[in-house]
Amino acid sequence: MDKKIKSKLKEIVGQNNFFDSNEDKLTYSYDATPIFNELPEAVIFPENTLQISNIIKLANTEKFNIVPRGAGTGLSGGSIPVENSIALVMTKWNNILEIDHSNLTVTVEPGVITQNLQNEVEKLNLFYPPDPGSASVCTIGGNISNNAGGLRGLKYGVTKNYVMGVEMVLPNGEILKTGGKNVKDAAGYNLKDFIVGSEGTLGVITKATLKLIHKPKSFSTIIAFFESMKDCSKTISDIFNCNLTPAMMEYIDNTTLKCIEDYAKLGLPKAAEAVLLFEFDGREEEVKEDTNNLEMILNNNNAYSVKKAKTLLESSKLKAARRSAFSALARVKPTTILEDATVPRAEFPMLIELVNKAGKDNKVLFGIFGHAGDGNLHPTCLTDERNKNEIERAHKAFDFIFNETIKLGGTITGEHGTGLSKKEFLENVAGIPGVEMMKKIKSVIDENNILNPGKIFTTSPRCEGNLPFNNKQIKPFNG
Amino acid sequence: MDKRRENLSSLINDDLLSQCIHCGLCLSVCPTYVTTNLERSSPRGRLRLIKEYADDKNKLGNIFEDEMDFCLGCRACETACPAGVKYDVLHNETKYLLSKDKKVNLKKILIKFFLNKILANPSNLKLYSRILRTYQQSWFRKMLHSSNILKNISSKLFLIDELTPQISKISSDEIIDEITLPISKHIHNVTFHVGCIMNVGFAEINLDTIEVLKKSSCKITTPKNQYCCGALHAHNGELKKAKELAKNNIDLFRNYEYEYLISNSAGCGTFMKEYYELLKDDKDYLKSAEIFSSKIRDISEFIYDNDIKFNSGKFNDSVTYHDACHLVHGQGIFEQPRQIINDICDKNFREMHNSTFCCGSAGIYNILRQNDSQIFLDQKMQNIIKTNADVVITGNPGCIMQLRYGVKKNNLNLKVKHTVSFINEQKGI
Ligand SMILES: Cc1cc2nc3c(=O)[nH]c(=O)nc-3n(C[C@H](O)[C@H](O)[C@H](O)COP(=O)(O)OP(=O)(O)OC[C@H]3O[C@@H](n4cnc5c(N)ncnc54)[C@H](O)[C@@H]3O)c2cc1C
Ligand code: SF4
Ligand code: SF4
Repeated sequence: MDKKIKSKLKEIVGQNNFFDSNEDKLTYSYDATPIFNELPEAVIFPENTLQISNIIKLANTEKFNIVPRGAGTGLSGGSIPVENSIALVMTKWNNILEIDHSNLTVTVEPGVITQNLQNEVEKLNLFYPPDPGSASVCTIGGNISNNAGGLRGLKYGVTKNYVMGVEMVLPNGEILKTGGKNVKDAAGYNLKDFIVGSEGTLGVITKATLKLIHKPKSFSTIIAFFESMKDCSKTISDIFNCNLTPAMMEYIDNTTLKCIEDYAKLGLPKAAEAVLLFEFDGREEEVKEDTNNLEMILNNNNAYSVKKAKTLLESSKLKAARRSAFSALARVKPTTILEDATVPRAEFPMLIELVNKAGKDNKVLFGIFGHAGDGNLHPTCLTDERNKNEIERAHKAFDFIFNETIKLGGTITGEHGTGLSKKEFLENVAGIPGVEMMKKIKSVIDENNILNPGKIFTTSPRCEGNLPFNNKQIKPFNG
Repeated sequence: MDKRRENLSSLINDDLLSQCIHCGLCLSVCPTYVTTNLERSSPRGRLRLIKEYADDKNKLGNIFEDEMDFCLGCRACETACPAGVKYDVLHNETKYLLSKDKKVNLKKILIKFFLNKILANPSNLKLYSRILRTYQQSWFRKMLHSSNILKNISSKLFLIDELTPQISKISSDEIIDEITLPISKHIHNVTFHVGCIMNVGFAEINLDTIEVLKKSSCKITTPKNQYCCGALHAHNGELKKAKELAKNNIDLFRNYEYEYLISNSAGCGTFMKEYYELLKDDKDYLKSAEIFSSKIRDISEFIYDNDIKFNSGKFNDSVTYHDACHLVHGQGIFEQPRQIINDICDKNFREMHNSTFCCGSAGIYNILRQNDSQIFLDQKMQNIIKTNADVVITGNPGCIMQLRYGVKKNNLNLKVKHTVSFINEQKGI
């Protein structure tokens, strides 16, 4: 990147918010996605909307790319820099602007950490349900951009169900404000729903108004262990069939259980074949009744060692242990490729079976956990990126899993986004017309393709001009 | 392969490095990251940089070295990391390699002198302590302080002077008998590590420890002529000296029969618990290091594990507890001191916000990086003040010095005590 451009950027955000040392470039070259990485040309911390608008205008004239970034916990490579790009990092921009008790909303800057927001509103007896496993680190901007889900998806839905208004700087530098505190709003296209999940490709989110609910009065957390997967699957379907809706129903397999226990040391029985972690919340009587019903179902299905958390601390320890699942799996092998296959919830047990088959057929090890309540599974391949052959086999296993997922009526990603790592599979789910429509939208809104280009789908046409005559004419493809 | 690469590949363990899956779950607990919001000041960022340094792919400059020094070594990231990344091992190894590369300057010579010639040598340590005590007691120091001369000459020197522990009249190992018998029943056989700084700067805490152990049915053996544990050496690039000291301690305690070796200094306890890691490549010592490490217990851990109870009469002060990094993150000791304190002070215990965040003392960090250290101290003092407690308790001499300075700086009426002194003040068992 030209020195002149860099000094212009410095002028916009100030010397203190501009970094381009080797050390800084390296430490913004990754997110939580395995294998992918790329150096940015510079790292920039904007402080207000106007600065972002100016940066975007500069990018249009000087032709460089912008990759918005929250905490970099994304699992599909959304905030990994692309060629000739700057990392636009939102983490310093992290104030909660307003909690509106009577309208049940909270308005925040994009860098607010999800858990900080939850803690603040809970102090006022309010509740922000979306609860990704990374809540202690990830940002609201990142959550909106990836439509993050989490542990409470079954009862409470995902981020998109809580976004009421967004302020966003568009790829031409204009500032868009859409939605607000109105519960109903039928004016024109529903732009905010369109922004949710756009993975930083359509604009930079600079402010958001989110919906809150009242904090549930009571809750109970229960963990149950099974000797066979069959019993576990039967439990899941029984729960759906008798109209129980837990706020949380998390599945953990044996491999994952062992890793979690190694980390959290809670004294969980490591031999169990499958584990389910439940939480019910609501009014006290309601929670009691649901818990009793659940205990009956568990009993009928041979669950052993059913434990109910007695204190708040015990309950949060169990949930924290579940949240650590993905990272804890790295205890087995250093490269953990985690996927996000999602099926209609009744097919969940079938999906687990398919993952186990994929692992066996391709001789790779899987740790499996996921949100059993909403059909969202995280089969995690435990491998080592230094072993190229094994990585290839892992990819084969995932190809199989994705294809089968789609056959079951599922999708390739439930909550982590498409980003870099899943874009080659997008067509299989969205279909060619779907992907073409997305591309058209992108090209109209971001004419010069400067905002997070190459994410979700490849924007350059598949064939441009004459067909090549020989190999030399073919340029290496780099998104 | 050039020489540095050779060293690197044998020292920085690739398997340990690859363990980090850059998930970022450690970011929110890292005091340096929370303060700067810069990825390079985070555990995840530092591990990425260390990897680069080990690969030698990219030339890393001063910023890298500075980040390695800016890191407090508090190990909060290890507590948070589900993947079990051994950050501290990698950090120490990197600092060792960097210190070998570094040009010699006055600061480095002074640190080396302090670590190798003073701390590592018990008789020198006592000699210098006596000189220091003479100075601390003198009209000269009083004059320097009351006239602000020292502050005017160098604010750095002034702070060093303030942070240096008040040297005890007599070092504890001169008072403590080699064998101390329990007050009543004899149940446990323990040995006691007096520490180097503890011995000369906090003799009274060592004496409190012996008293508490006596009341806890212990026969206590306190070998004469003990060695510094070597933790400060390892954290400051003097790995070789650290290994030598470890072996000296193992050889010394080998001569005694005991169930537990009790430590009251979090930093020493953690380091001694990890001697087996330090000496893993030393065939002659590996086995004995494992045995030695397995017997180390922090005093609060010992009391808790053996269910020893101390009753207090009436208790009016309110109490808060600061987690010393090397207890909570280094040894996973969190509930034990709280339980002990709670038993004694009934309902007057108040948890502070971010109790597990480093106070900025961090070995000799508060002397090497004064400005940064003060940032962390200020944050800590704010959290303590918010609890409105009368007493703050902690389990490490470094934290005590640092917090006492914080009390003075903020003009507070707050007592800072070691857990064991707090226990010993209570009457009876
Ligand atoms: C251990 C672990 C557990 C996880 N558990 C879950 C889970 O349970 N559920 C779940 O859904 N996800 C989960 N994730 C994935 C990840 O945490 C989420 O996708 C999260 O929303 C990412 O937030 P972030 O702040 O880290 O954003 P980043 O990763 O930095 O960015 C994510 C995307 O958002 C864009 N972006 C960020 N900020 C802005 C902005 N202000 N404007 C425009 N675009 C922006 C980026 O360009 C990128 O495309 C987990 C990740 C980890 C490491
Ligand atoms: S050190 Fe552990 S918690 Fe931190 S990024 Fe690496 S794997 Fe994740
Ligand atoms: S040791 Fe402490 S300061 Fe250093 S990286 Fe870990 S958490 Fe941060």
